[in-house]
Amino acid sequence: MIDIIINITLLAFLAITSVAIVRMTNLFAIVMLFGIFSLLSAGLFVVMDAPDVAFTEAAVGAGISTVLMLATLALTRNRQKNPYKEAPHAHRPWLPLFVVGITGAVLVYGTWDIPRFGDPNSPAQTHVARYYLENALPETGVPNVVTAVLASYRGFDTLGEVAVVFTAGVAVLLLIGGRRPKQTLKQKDEGEQDET
Amino acid sequence: MDFFIGQYNYWVVIFLMMVGLYTVISRGNLIKKIIGLSIFQVSVFFLYISMGTVEGGAAPIITEGVKLYSNPLPHVLILTAIVVGVATTALALALVIRIKESYGTIEEDEIHKLDHSL
Amino acid sequence: MKPNLILHVVAKFLIPLIIIFALYVQFHGDFGPGGGFQAGVIFSAALILYALVFGLDAAEKIIPSHILRILASLGLVIYAGVGVVTLLLGGNYLDYTVLGSTQIAGQHLGILLVELGVGITVAAVMLIIFFSFAGRGRV
Repeated sequence: MIDIIINITLLAFLAITSVAIVRMTNLFAIVMLFGIFSLLSAGLFVVMDAPDVAFTEAAVGAGISTVLMLATLALTRNRQKNPYKEAPHAHRPWLPLFVVGITGAVLVYGTWDIPRFGDPNSPAQTHVARYYLENALPETGVPNVVTAVLASYRGFDTLGEVAVVFTAGVAVLLLIGGRRPKQTLKQKDEGEQDET
Repeated sequence: MDFFIGQYNYWVVIFLMMVGLYTVISRGNLIKKIIGLSIFQVSVFFLYISMGTVEGGAAPIITEGVKLYSNPLPHVLILTAIVVGVATTALALALVIRIKESYGTIEEDEIHKLDHSL
Repeated sequence: MKPNLILHVVAKFLIPLIIIFALYVQFHGDFGPGGGFQAGVIFSAALILYALVFGLDAAEKIIPSHILRILASLGLVIYAGVGVVTLLLGGNYLDYTVLGSTQIAGQHLGILLVELGVGITVAAVMLIIFFSFAGRGRV
């Protein structure tokens, strides 16, 4: 019971934080709030019995991605007043709200058939998961089933994931790895000259 | 009440997903768009982990005297997805930095104006 | 940035602990929660903390960027290499059973090596990404 109460409270906090992120216009505050969002989700992963995932989310979401976003903010801030202020948006919010409302309503309709949260007999629990839980220890000698599945049963999958991480690192190096070239700011008048 | 507790997780997941989607399509600032995308991403993580949770189950580390474990497969998928997610987010942020360096702005409207597109 | 005494003392105290914790998570991942992905990220967080407190140049003296590039590739090569070794020993690709005398021993060795490869690549790539972002800022 206490699990469910913590679960509901943390999820409500997450929803509130996400709304605050959308409504704020100061990018610095938004990035800090996103760090809090990640920390809350790490706590929620612990409540849902996924310590490995919580570990990763706490280190990655609250640590590294916040640092990276702050570095980006420092590199992209305006030199004039309000360095971290987002520009006021010119559009009316009604069309995006309409699209989001329709999509959300369809998705909520889809949850009517989903097995309830924590159901031990739902289809997700009865197929391959049961095999892993019963055979991981005798077949690999590793008590942590997550590690056994990650490195042994689905080793090929993980190889692909590591390759993706490596490729992303190479791409970042190619994009911003070297020294900054001489200023080639695309000016407004320069654009107009191109037109004529 | 039972139905509410049973589906509450999925509804919050959908709410977070829609908040992320709204941020991506309605805001012009590129960094804010990326944060919206990350919120969307985290909501998908919650969807997977929620489906793997078993009531009264323990973390999937085999110990004596424990009968019921949560599903390890979603944990594996999401664990790798989080690390890949931060790597791809970093790539997106690198692109934003390059856009700032060559256009001088990260607001979508101003970039369109400079490009004479739209 | 002018040096801050409190930050320096606290960071010097914390960084070794974070690195030991990363190694624990890496090599205890078979028995408790943990593994290569988490350990790599925690390890890189320790060095990022060092770079934030003591400056980017000091951090690049510890791990120069050309070594980081080699390390990032090395992890992936270890992972794929384990697969090739199992192929040469007569098993399927990434079927660790052939690595040891018994199935358990082989699986154990294979999982350890693969997690090591994952940890090295993830730590190196995270540091490469951070150094690229931070290095862009200096003129």
